[in-house]
Amino acid sequence: MAKNVLQHTITALVENKPGVLARVSGLFARRGFNIESLAVSITDDPTVSRMTIVVGGDATVLEQITKQLNKLIDVIKVIDYTDMAVVERELAMIKVNAEPKNRAEIMQLVDIFRAKIIDISDRTFTIEVTGNVAKVDAIESLLDSHGIQEMVRTGRIAMMRGPRTP
Amino acid sequence: MKITGAQALIKSLCDHGTKMIFGIPGGVMLPIYDALYDCTDLEHMLMRHEQGAAHAADAYARASGKVGVCFATSGPGATNLVTGIANAYMDSIPIIAVTAQVRTTALGKDAFQEADITGITLPITKHNYLVKDARDIPQVVAEAFHIASTGRPGPVLIDVPADISFSQVEYQPVNKVELRSYKPTVAGHPLQIKKAAKAIVAAERPVLYAGGGVISSGASKELVDLSERTHILVATTLLGKGSIPETHPHALGMLGMHGTAYANYAVAHCDLLIAVGARFDDRVTGKLDAFARKAKVVHIDVDPAEIGKTVHVDIPIVGDCKHVLSELLKCVEPREETEWNRQVTQWKAEYPLHYPNDGGLYPQFVIEQIWEATNGEAIIATDVGQHQMWSAQFYKCTFPRQFISSGGLGTMGYGLPAAIGAQVARMDKTVFLIAGDGSLQMTIQEFAPAVAHKLPIKVAIMNNQYLGMVRQWQELFFNRRYSGVDLTAQPDFVKLADAYGAAGIRIEKPEEVRPAIEKALEINDRPTVLDFRIAREENVYPMIPAGQSIEEMMVQRPK
Ligand SMILES: Cc1ncc(C[n+]2csc(CCOP(=O)(O)OP(=O)(O)O)c2C)c(N)n1
Ligand SMILES: [Mg+2]
Repeated sequence: MAKNVLQHTITALVENKPGVLARVSGLFARRGFNIESLAVSITDDPTVSRMTIVVGGDATVLEQITKQLNKLIDVIKVIDYTDMAVVERELAMIKVNAEPKNRAEIMQLVDIFRAKIIDISDRTFTIEVTGNVAKVDAIESLLDSHGIQEMVRTGRIAMMRGPRTP
Repeated sequence: MKITGAQALIKSLCDHGTKMIFGIPGGVMLPIYDALYDCTDLEHMLMRHEQGAAHAADAYARASGKVGVCFATSGPGATNLVTGIANAYMDSIPIIAVTAQVRTTALGKDAFQEADITGITLPITKHNYLVKDARDIPQVVAEAFHIASTGRPGPVLIDVPADISFSQVEYQPVNKVELRSYKPTVAGHPLQIKKAAKAIVAAERPVLYAGGGVISSGASKELVDLSERTHILVATTLLGKGSIPETHPHALGMLGMHGTAYANYAVAHCDLLIAVGARFDDRVTGKLDAFARKAKVVHIDVDPAEIGKTVHVDIPIVGDCKHVLSELLKCVEPREETEWNRQVTQWKAEYPLHYPNDGGLYPQFVIEQIWEATNGEAIIATDVGQHQMWSAQFYKCTFPRQFISSGGLGTMGYGLPAAIGAQVARMDKTVFLIAGDGSLQMTIQEFAPAVAHKLPIKVAIMNNQYLGMVRQWQELFFNRRYSGVDLTAQPDFVKLADAYGAAGIRIEKPEEVRPAIEKALEINDRPTVLDFRIAREENVYPMIPAGQSIEEMMVQRPK
């Protein structure tokens, strides 16, 4: 991602129906908005899904995105988390080269980041790490020197701090 | 008693007041057409191409203010609707397109005549449905009408698989729709409205800029009242034509690329621009940073996404135009005519619309004659091109829903099916289509249903034997290199009219114009084609070249 483009986290509560994801992602593609990450799952209400979308762009772009999302009939509510007190998390699984001579060092790293080793082979560790984006980025770059074989990140999810607001 | 899903569909359409359907049947559409066969409350017009069905439904909606309905079968039938749906989407016109689909068990398996029409129309519908259970049909139809006709109107597509049409259901009518995720704002924010009222009092050089939203929300009276109370002059967009009678002293006609010079001067110099139900299209604004440069902008629109989309807005008011204008009327102080009114009136006198007077047959003259012969009371449908712009300039509309033209998409071929849809909606009115020789040939097959239904539409072809608008751009910006615009190889439109069972008259000289129009007005049991052989290389002026500013406006052919 280009460094000078602002990132925004927005949350869309949508009807849990087939095709809604296509409507949302199509809207982004059509208007030239770039999705950095997208996480979708159902909520405490099974008829509602929650999409957490990270997008790049300035304030005007973000305003258009929010308004256009709101126009989709299946979108119930859109909240822009930029400048709000939120907790954000992302989960990553990283498969990294783990030669016997490096294992101790990697395990130490895992400890420091409060990550977990969830699978081991004779050559690799698979590490699970949860945290905000900066933390996941940090462990990723540290592990990179050992050689990352494979990585998957869930994309960001976010929630407001404090009690639920209506 | 159980009925089929197809019968439930037809019943639901009737429940929501549908009187007319434009369509073409086909394989998986059979059960729906079978249900139609028994229905006495609905009329069906068999079109000759699904594009025609969609345009006819669209024009029916524009002329009547009701939702237009069209039918097509799966696959090619559905894809043929696409241009018509996109056209309705761009101009915010409420239509419902019902398409048949292959059986649910065959979906996604490339079955015969399968096309993913809900996928294809995702970006050109306000919403669409793929019905998976026949019991949902009344609910889906009710939602479709609600969504199509409220807020910012638009097309809704309902895709009905064949097995759904065949299955048996208990019919439960649905009249009231509540959608938690769709609640358009109707009332404008009172504080914003007060701010706008204050801005009007403070303004020295205000201008109203009225678009299609004024027509669709039925806000013409409020617009005219506001203009009269405050003496603010009104420029209209192509789709806003008729929102204020163009014979009204406050009317400036159309603004934008081919707008009147005085409307464009007024907007260029105003200090307050009040946009009502308009969306600052590039054909209106030209170069954005030069558009209404000195103006504070008030923007009234039902669609929040339009506010600030292309221009900076100082006082946004989200709400239904009619509602907002009537609230604004309650709090706005009356204003008298000012120096500014005199200035604009002077521009009006200085830069009138004009055309040559050298004995040639000029389209502007023809349109003026049509206007006179119909007392300015005809419904005008147009195709797309030069003739469309001349129509917008020279046919002064006097009431809303009078001018029926493809604005946002600029769809050649819109005209003939649109004239049909408009005539069906308004049998009490004379419908004149001002057609281009190029555009007409894109949907010319629709003469057949017009003749079959004895529709007395008048089709005035501005026949320049060119794709004239493109030729004009080639003349002005491509050094007269006329590439791919010559239409001299064309049918004899008079014989063609005859072949379809319509009347046809060719007009070559100015003195033949009025008698031909009068003759056409007397024919009331079939369409009449008037083939006007106009001056071939006449151009539309004024013209502000695309993306440029008023300084570049040409008021006549450059020497
Ligand atoms: C379906 C479609 N194809 C192409 C165009 C591009 N186009 C715009 S105006 C025009 C020429 C229209 O010719 P005609 O209908 O004869 O009208 P005229 O400009 O000559 O009055 C063309 C080709 C279009 N608007 N729509
Ligand atoms: Mg032509």
